[in-house]
Amino acid sequence: MDLYLPIAGLSVNVFMMIGLGGIVGLLSGMFGVGGGFLTTPLLIFYGIPPAVAVASSATQITGASVSGVMAHGRRDGVDYHMGAVLVLGGALGALAGGFAFRVLQAMGQIDTVVSLMYVVLLGGIGVIMARESIHSILAQLRGERPQAQGRRHHPLIAVLPFRWRFYKSGLYISPLAPLLLGFATGVMTVLMGVGGGFILVPAMIYLLGMSTRVVVGTSLFQILFVTAATTMVHAMTTHAVDIVLAGLLLIGSVTGAQIGARMTQLLKPEYLRLILAFMVLVIAFRMGLGLTWRPPEIFTVQPA
Amino acid sequence: MRGRISLLALAPLLMAAEAPRLVPDVSQNKIDIIYSFTGAELLLFGAILYPGGKVPSRHPEIAVVIKGPSEAVLIRQKRKIAGMWINAASAEFRSVPSFYALAASRPIAQIVKDRTAVIYELGIDNLQLSPASGDPADDRAFEDGVVDLKRRGGYYSETANGVEIREGVLYRARIAIPARVPVGKYTAETFLIENGRVVAAATRDIDIAKSGFEAYVARSAERNSFLYGLGAVALSLVLGWLASAAFRRLSER
Repeated sequence: MDLYLPIAGLSVNVFMMIGLGGIVGLLSGMFGVGGGFLTTPLLIFYGIPPAVAVASSATQITGASVSGVMAHGRRDGVDYHMGAVLVLGGALGALAGGFAFRVLQAMGQIDTVVSLMYVVLLGGIGVIMARESIHSILAQLRGERPQAQGRRHHPLIAVLPFRWRFYKSGLYISPLAPLLLGFATGVMTVLMGVGGGFILVPAMIYLLGMSTRVVVGTSLFQILFVTAATTMVHAMTTHAVDIVLAGLLLIGSVTGAQIGARMTQLLKPEYLRLILAFMVLVIAFRMGLGLTWRPPEIFTVQPA
Repeated sequence: MRGRISLLALAPLLMAAEAPRLVPDVSQNKIDIIYSFTGAELLLFGAILYPGGKVPSRHPEIAVVIKGPSEAVLIRQKRKIAGMWINAASAEFRSVPSFYALAASRPIAQIVKDRTAVIYELGIDNLQLSPASGDPADDRAFEDGVVDLKRRGGYYSETANGVEIREGVLYRARIAIPARVPVGKYTAETFLIENGRVVAAATRDIDIAKSGFEAYVARSAERNSFLYGLGAVALSLVLGWLASAAFRRLSER
């Protein structure tokens, strides 16, 4: 069954889009990431114009993160204080990202920059995550006890002034650190159509040293608000949010997220992280190929 | 564009009085893009009226052209820089038809003279895209780039033997409109060709527009962008909450 997308300006197969949303939702439920890093590239490979893909996948991530935030909120797993600082940074980042998007678009370099960001960020995170999960899997197989890591935040962060107390995170640090972190993910959300969970979660653990109990919930809280803000920024500047496309993806992803969350219990977290790392690396590799291989289209046309 | 159309309209009058006349029509003068739109097929048909009703022994040829609204485009060319393919040079064209489909009773190059083909823009290679920059050699490469992209995207096409002529009087042609077609005012031009020259021409307008829900969505996204954005956010929140609530019910059972 085909359905015409009014903003993207083409027909898509309904079940394909719901299925795509479903797979991404499943992953997001299983791994606690928004799944935008999969939706956006897959939509672009399908033939959806990049701007529409980025904008509409931000809308989809909002929906997929709602149930996660609700579930973690009930378990007292969200540090709203920390979340508010991250959201503020994220909103500023979304605005800055919107500005950068327009500048890069005018220069004709938006596609290259976005692909490069995908390769560098996904590649870097993927390698770190794969190494870490393989180490802990090997340690388990050898029967070693995982050595307890001292929850220490990065020395650079301790230098920053105006320290605040974040009780639930168990931190006494400058709010500038989460503000900057939020800002970076906000920029990424607008440019890459990703929620930024795959950056946010490791950064919260390894850089800020947040209590792991509130990391996933707080990251989803930030993603929820920043993707909502991004949808607004795109709706008002690029006019590229396709509500029909977002709706189709949402139907699949909100359902998939619920199923995924229940599947998490079946697998050990180390194995989950290894699978996620593998997928992240595949996407990074595919994006890298797109940059370095002679593309099928040497020319691209845009309205002047 | 306008100047050429009025010239076309005058052409039959300027010629000898015994020139034949065209009575053209199209199957649809409005194409609505609705939710299930996967493309359309236009039927262009009509009759050739000869002075005195006498059909000449040597039948004339017919060419039909469907043209979409012209737009200014910027085309960029990728080049390999530091191991990566990056947009480098660019050129601007002021009038690129968003859609161009030509069907003729025989291959177009065989039935019209080169000059005529250029004047009436018969054939993809004869489109005048009005480059905005200077260097003609560069423009040629970019022009080929635009045309090639449009052709492979299904926006430009040429069909030889796409027009069927019955007994030299009735003609008809089918032209497929793909699903990704841009909206706007289209023209359907019919040319009657004798001895390599256009002896009669007629134009009909076709309106391709989004309608119903699709038009409403596209309009709101442009005009009420703030409310549209809020709507999109609300939709995602409600769907996310619904799924969460529904699955909680399921698991409580």
